[in-house]
Amino acid sequence: MSARTAFASMRAWFAPVGTGCRRAVLSAAALLALVGAAVAARAALPIQHWQTDKGAQVYFVENHDLPMLDLSVAFAAGSSRDRADQSGLAGLTVNMMRLGAGGLSDDDISRGFADVGAVIDTRFDRDMAGFGLRTLSAPPERRRALEVLAKVLQQPEFPEPVLEREKARLLARLKEADTQPESMADKAFYAALYGGHPYGLPPEGEVATVGGLKRQDLADFYRTHYSAANAVIAMIGDITRADAEAIARQLSERLPPGPAPAPLPPVPELTQAQVRYLPHPASQSHILLGAPGMRRGDPDYFPLLVGNYVLGGGGFDSRLTKEVREKRGLAYSAYSYFLPLAQDGPFQIGLQTKKAQTGQAIEIVRKVLGDFVAEGPTAAELQQAKDNLVGGFPLRIDSNKKIIEYLTVIGFYRLPLSYLDDFTSNVAKVTLADVKDAFRRRVHPDLIDLVVVGPAAAGEP
Amino acid sequence: MLLRASLVVLLAHMPSAMAGGNMEERVLPNGLKVIVKEDHRAPVAVSQLWYKAGSMDEFNGTTGVAHVLEHMMFKGTPRVPAGRFTKLIAAAGGRDNAFTAQDYTTYFQQLQKSRLPLALKLEADRMQNLSLSKAEFGKEIKVVMEERRWRTDDKPQSLVYEGMMATAFQEHPYRRPVIGWMNDLEHMTAADARAWYRRWYAPNNAVLVVVGDVQPAQVFKLAADYFGKIKARPLPVRKPQAEPPQEGIRRVEVKVPAKLPYLLMGYHAPVLRNPAQDWEPYALEVLAGVLDGNGSARLNQALVRESRVASEVGAGYDDVARGPGMFLLEGTPSEGKTVRDVEAALREQVEKLKRDGITPEELQRVKAQVIAAQVYQRDSMFYQGMLIGQYEISGLSYQALDTRLERLKAVSAEQVREVAGKYLKDDNLTVATLDPQPLEGHTPVAPPKGARDVR
Repeated sequence: MSARTAFASMRAWFAPVGTGCRRAVLSAAALLALVGAAVAARAALPIQHWQTDKGAQVYFVENHDLPMLDLSVAFAAGSSRDRADQSGLAGLTVNMMRLGAGGLSDDDISRGFADVGAVIDTRFDRDMAGFGLRTLSAPPERRRALEVLAKVLQQPEFPEPVLEREKARLLARLKEADTQPESMADKAFYAALYGGHPYGLPPEGEVATVGGLKRQDLADFYRTHYSAANAVIAMIGDITRADAEAIARQLSERLPPGPAPAPLPPVPELTQAQVRYLPHPASQSHILLGAPGMRRGDPDYFPLLVGNYVLGGGGFDSRLTKEVREKRGLAYSAYSYFLPLAQDGPFQIGLQTKKAQTGQAIEIVRKVLGDFVAEGPTAAELQQAKDNLVGGFPLRIDSNKKIIEYLTVIGFYRLPLSYLDDFTSNVAKVTLADVKDAFRRRVHPDLIDLVVVGPAAAGEP
Repeated sequence: MLLRASLVVLLAHMPSAMAGGNMEERVLPNGLKVIVKEDHRAPVAVSQLWYKAGSMDEFNGTTGVAHVLEHMMFKGTPRVPAGRFTKLIAAAGGRDNAFTAQDYTTYFQQLQKSRLPLALKLEADRMQNLSLSKAEFGKEIKVVMEERRWRTDDKPQSLVYEGMMATAFQEHPYRRPVIGWMNDLEHMTAADARAWYRRWYAPNNAVLVVVGDVQPAQVFKLAADYFGKIKARPLPVRKPQAEPPQEGIRRVEVKVPAKLPYLLMGYHAPVLRNPAQDWEPYALEVLAGVLDGNGSARLNQALVRESRVASEVGAGYDDVARGPGMFLLEGTPSEGKTVRDVEAALREQVEKLKRDGITPEELQRVKAQVIAAQVYQRDSMFYQGMLIGQYEISGLSYQALDTRLERLKAVSAEQVREVAGKYLKDDNLTVATLDPQPLEGHTPVAPPKGARDVR
């Protein structure tokens, strides 16, 4: 239940989209990427949607099965809103909002939630920043939790001494991350794919930039990014529509005025494949290959989703796992995923293998990818992928925790409210030709960046 | 990092009362226990088959075999060849996997409720008919060695945990890592895995837990149909291997390439044996909550926010286990501070607890979190199954889950002070530290000889 279970050893990361270590970054986006399909014609999830007086978008599912409420508030205030010379500002801002607001100290805020059994977490990735709240739905508990959350959202104070403390902690984490192969690979991968595009910035910032961030920088970033017009509020749980309307009003009415920020620039296509080797004394190489992939609402979304199940998204059902792990025992985990973002998020293939096998593993991965792009899946593979995505749909929305993630993503990326309802038919529609065509246009095996942490160069131990 | 993740979720895990769903139990004539919990919130079900066979049942020389066998369980039977199991479950829209721990090995499937029979049929087949070919073993053992490199050898904090357990326990098998020592993996054979399978994989050594939108009578019938014909087997006698009392502090240091030092402290502690009468484990759960239940809890408040001696801190305790318990404290020093500083600060907090106890507000806050978490846990069928399985495997009836909330609510501030005084003492303590080494010029861990030795 705590330590012991966590040290349990599992057969696999059976998370077809992304692996465990990147959970924080993928979170909501990753979950939705694998949404299956509704079997029935009726609405999979009755989503109510409206806009508050101040312009916040609200998505609500009324559900009285359990006496609790899940809520999330998200803003387009992720790390892609950072400037290169202030990398880390977006992340520091959202973290600091919980550490002093409306006259409450960091301890007051923590206690305010804990006293009523509420749990708050910060959500932060390249696109979005915000908070998730889980609370009992009974009015005494719910009201106290929401009062504290409203202060966090609307009256953050960014107290100077706390900022110094949090900067020091962040710097320590960043220095540590710069020595660990997984985070080193991740950082180099995004830098290779995105170059000067804001997606190339590391979400938590850089050692070189975090030190210089000032209180005023955070206050300015907050004022320009945490407006009601930029807010998406999602709720599921044991409250009425009237309650939900009042909560949305309460959380948005005193947000800073101002418009939603301009859309991010499009991601430039790769013109040349980069290869980067970063030496590290670890026993394994961490290998990442990829290129910019697709965005939310992409016309190729379903062909790429279904096709990727066959390539490397379907766990033990996928070609990468079969070729790298099952046939040759080269790695514990080998996967591929598309992470759709507001602009083209990455297509990534990843694995870890002992250093001496690095070259062999890369060769196999390249061959699997090349064959797949050239020939597409077999009819049997396509059917298996669709069966899994369609048949697995009920598992995707079997808890409030999962549903709040969907609501957030649907709202944040302005996906149609019928997104879940249409999923079955969208998956079912995908043909062999669609997959082949989409992969050929979107994934170019000769334009794939390669990042290897471990050996100093190709062919070296 | 594993530890940190587990500490963060500790509170969500604390309360286990299972209110809000009908539970029923049957034992088949061959000894397989079947427990069904109804949850009709979504048209899905989770099936978990728990074997009472974990790394604590292993012997020196073949550590890791429980987990290796878990991998091999996906490598086929005469009727369901390698890879077919997962393929059938996936085609049904399901997910399946397995996990091995010190106390158990568990196989699970999550599916639409109508596909539950498929899961049970396949599980029953591999309970009795596993092929375990040498060829498949030869490939899979390499995968497991890669897993060990990834999970432990290249993860500084995992190595610290491994070092602490190997030091804190001298007699008890908890001293051995679940994943196994690399040298044992290098010399493991298909015959080792087969011996393990024959020793432990029997219906009378297993518990089947099903949670979901199902009717208990139907599940019992399915279980009888698929598992009923499997014969019970005599199980080996399990020796207690009780850990002798520790007399004196123990220390272990781990040197690996990293930037930040790290400190892990483990105190021997009891676990639940008689859930209706024991009170100490519940008091220790509350104590962990007081120390690390939320951002304002003692350790974070004192060490991170006030004195700033640490940049991260945590506390953890698990009151349900087959073997002995352990109360854990951990910390990462702030820049310019050392593990010694953090250790001193943590021990100062421990002394303060023993001297002054906890405040009524702290006790009340932890209980509020316990009560809320009891509601939250019902949002996950999988987690509800985990609680039932862990209780059963630990020799506690799942029915004790019903009284868990009341027992936790009954804990007094004085009891919390008492367990702190009784268990958080130096003679009972093992301290493990990470001494970070520069990346440059570091000699890699001896290159594994895996492939050669396996064949």
